[in-house]
Amino acid sequence: MQITLFHYLTVAAMLFTLGVFGIFLNRKNVITIMLSIELILLGVNINLVAFSSHLGDMTGQVFSLFILTVAAAEAAIGLAILVVYFRNRGSIAIDDASGMKG
Amino acid sequence: MDSLNLAPAYSEIILAVGALALLMLGVFKGDKSTRLVSWLSVFLMVLCVFIIASLPDGRSFSFGNMFVTDGFTSFMKILILIASGAAIAMSISFFEQENAGKFELPIIMTLATVGMLVMVSANDLMTLYMGLELQSLSLYVLAAFRRGSTRSTEAGLKYFILGALSSGMLLYGSSLIYGFIGTMNFTAIAGVLSHTGEHGPSIGVVIGLVFILSGLAFKISAVPFHMWTPDVYEGAPTPITSFFAVAPKIAALALLLRVIEVPFGTMEASWSQIIFFMSILSMILGSVAAIMQFNIKRLMAYSSIGHIGFALMAMASGSELGVSGILYYMSIYLVTNVGVFSCIMGMRRKDGMTENINDLAGLAKSRPAMAAAIALFMLSLAGIPPLVGFYAKFYVIGAAVAEGHYVLSVIAFMASVIGAFYYLRIIKIMYFDEGEPDFIAQKSLLMRSVAFVSAAGVIFMGFPQISAPLKEAASLAAKALLS
Repeated sequence: MQITLFHYLTVAAMLFTLGVFGIFLNRKNVITIMLSIELILLGVNINLVAFSSHLGDMTGQVFSLFILTVAAAEAAIGLAILVVYFRNRGSIAIDDASGMKG
Repeated sequence: MDSLNLAPAYSEIILAVGALALLMLGVFKGDKSTRLVSWLSVFLMVLCVFIIASLPDGRSFSFGNMFVTDGFTSFMKILILIASGAAIAMSISFFEQENAGKFELPIIMTLATVGMLVMVSANDLMTLYMGLELQSLSLYVLAAFRRGSTRSTEAGLKYFILGALSSGMLLYGSSLIYGFIGTMNFTAIAGVLSHTGEHGPSIGVVIGLVFILSGLAFKISAVPFHMWTPDVYEGAPTPITSFFAVAPKIAALALLLRVIEVPFGTMEASWSQIIFFMSILSMILGSVAAIMQFNIKRLMAYSSIGHIGFALMAMASGSELGVSGILYYMSIYLVTNVGVFSCIMGMRRKDGMTENINDLAGLAKSRPAMAAAIALFMLSLAGIPPLVGFYAKFYVIGAAVAEGHYVLSVIAFMASVIGAFYYLRIIKIMYFDEGEPDFIAQKSLLMRSVAFVSAAGVIFMGFPQISAPLKEAASLAAKALLS
């Protein structure tokens, strides 16, 4: 079977959807949310690289490198916030993050 | 290959390099340099206002057409710099009274401002993303800035998760646009889209545009992407809330305006419905949900959602009048919100800050000046003439009516009547309820003068001598965007 652009886009769309559902359906743990965010960004990267190779244009690959870098910074900041949150709360369960409501 | 033209980006370069230099200063001198670092970053912002004001007229590109400056970017950047400068200046005295000054605060705020300036000048999906992330990553840290407080870290965590999700949606949209159009440059996208023929743009482009719009709607907290706003406003320390309320909103609105007007200007049929419904929902939710709020920062969060709804109303028309209406609206929103937050920071008792609006009872007797200032700002936010908030609303509703959006303008009238209830309730609590608020007198001269200047602005900016040049500048900026 020939693997075409369509297949890459399908995989990317599935990863993206899994990531979004992972954020909304997961009721346990903030770490899972961080993983879901990474999944979304990687789905986008597959999309960009597939399009870039399909179009014969380098811009998409350059963008995907930028996204990798920013994703690393984002994960670092997210984990740092999570650590200070854990120190205050003693838990990283999502249901506990409800100090403010209304 | 043409030589690199850095001149349009001087203000961003100066702010970025300046922030790094100030970081070194702070690291070597420790927390006792907070005051110096803060004032130096305010100075950098003032310097950048002058640099931007002295840019030549007309549009200029740099960094391979990825970065654009014109009259529109200059107008928006000056608003952003004023908002950030005011927020940094107010945070100095606030954190000094709390004995919690940290030199990182002005530096992170400066870096967030660099991100906002890059966003405003973006002419490419890549520049858009880099600017947006520089701004967002700094704002996540700012929301969680009070490390020891559960509320502040919870606000940071919520903001981080929803913000990262919105960036992901924006990126997915960008990748679709790139794949189906073949370029990321705004000018080139507009060129491709103007030759799509009778079938219109492909479905992939429309889906990509919808993803990008929802990602940006998160950043301006338009309904249905507003969930983070009340929690983040409440949890973040007050000077940082005052920063969140103005500068990032202006930057994201400027970015949204450029995205819908420049690359996707020919797809008005696709985006105007989205903007239309977001505008209606934001106005209604902003006015109804605030009624139940007793925390003044939460109340201001819903108020800002409502105001974004009004700005989007002018955007739905997509005309030059609408764009200049948004610019005028945002400059007035800036003055009023800075004033409100300078007063909220004065709600300090001996045992710490209070945020409950019932604690304002009897303020008119114990602190008449502060009560009068809050009353002025609330009346202006409610849009009561002759204060300036009335003219702002008048202008955007006028733009919607001129474009035939009668449904929108009727809903806007109803929303502002309902919204007037909770603004007037604060005035009623201050002037007619019994109570003895034991607020400590505001010692900081700076905070008092910010409140005084904003109050004067709220009264006098409606006068034609001031509002005519402002409207003139706004319509020149709108022309520059649409030309």
